[in-house]
Amino acid sequence: MMAHASATKVGQPAPRLELPDTEGDMHTLPMPGEAPATVVIWTCNHCPYALGWHDRLVQVARGYADSGVRLLAINSNDAERYPNDSLDAMRERVAAEDWPFPYLHDSSQEAARAWAAQVTPHLYVLDPDLRVRYEGAPDSDHMDPGQNAAWLRGALDSILAGQEPDPAATEPVGCSIKWK
Amino acid sequence: MVPRVELLWWEGCPGWEQALALVRDEMRALGLDADSVQVREVRTDEDAAHAEFVGSPTIRVDGRDVQPPDGEPTGLTCRVYRLRDGRISPLPDRRDVREVLEDAIKESGE
Repeated sequence: MMAHASATKVGQPAPRLELPDTEGDMHTLPMPGEAPATVVIWTCNHCPYALGWHDRLVQVARGYADSGVRLLAINSNDAERYPNDSLDAMRERVAAEDWPFPYLHDSSQEAARAWAAQVTPHLYVLDPDLRVRYEGAPDSDHMDPGQNAAWLRGALDSILAGQEPDPAATEPVGCSIKWK
Repeated sequence: MVPRVELLWWEGCPGWEQALALVRDEMRALGLDADSVQVREVRTDEDAAHAEFVGSPTIRVDGRDVQPPDGEPTGLTCRVYRLRDGRISPLPDRRDVREVLEDAIKESGE
């Protein structure tokens, strides 16, 4: 696992993003218009932790859509060594599943480096000013769907209410990002 | 003969120590020496190819994978196991581990 000296931490402004999704459409941060909260998720196709938590993240996206919460999923893994994480494989997955958020491809890995993302999944929840207010895992157990992404939901509820999430940071658990 | 149990792991995936604990639990439950597990770190793609390692953790009993891979390529990656209840997991189903151990014990007694 690569160590990063300047991880994106709670309270800091989120680094900018400009990445294409599986259809080639660009997504940016900051984005046009404003979102009351934004969730940036480092994920991938091959990691059992990311796969185990995925349905819970989908449910969060659907449950908070009416509140205007925006979710972005990003795959930064080296697709040469991990073909399951290639753009084609990402596209196939989005086509086969019903994703309520865009799946962005960070082929250069610059976004992962800028954010100091470590594992998949690794979540950042941003307030309307795009400051990080929560960083970490969706909940405490990737094997227990009953956890229902409680930490992520709690962070979103706090931000939407204008409060500080508690906890504001948890240990991200998952597979290391596969660096080139 | 005592079954030869191996656990191969790679540092990019957490959970191999949980896998080791799971294997040792099942070995103890069957009266096997839990300390006899051969634990081996896989560090390079070359190591992975040589060991036919398709991801971490990989558990073999007398060379038989507890959940045989389905054509996955070798490499430094994480195993995606499917539990008997359908859930995706970084660890194999405990019952799969138990069955392979039981089969090895039976075969060694034949």
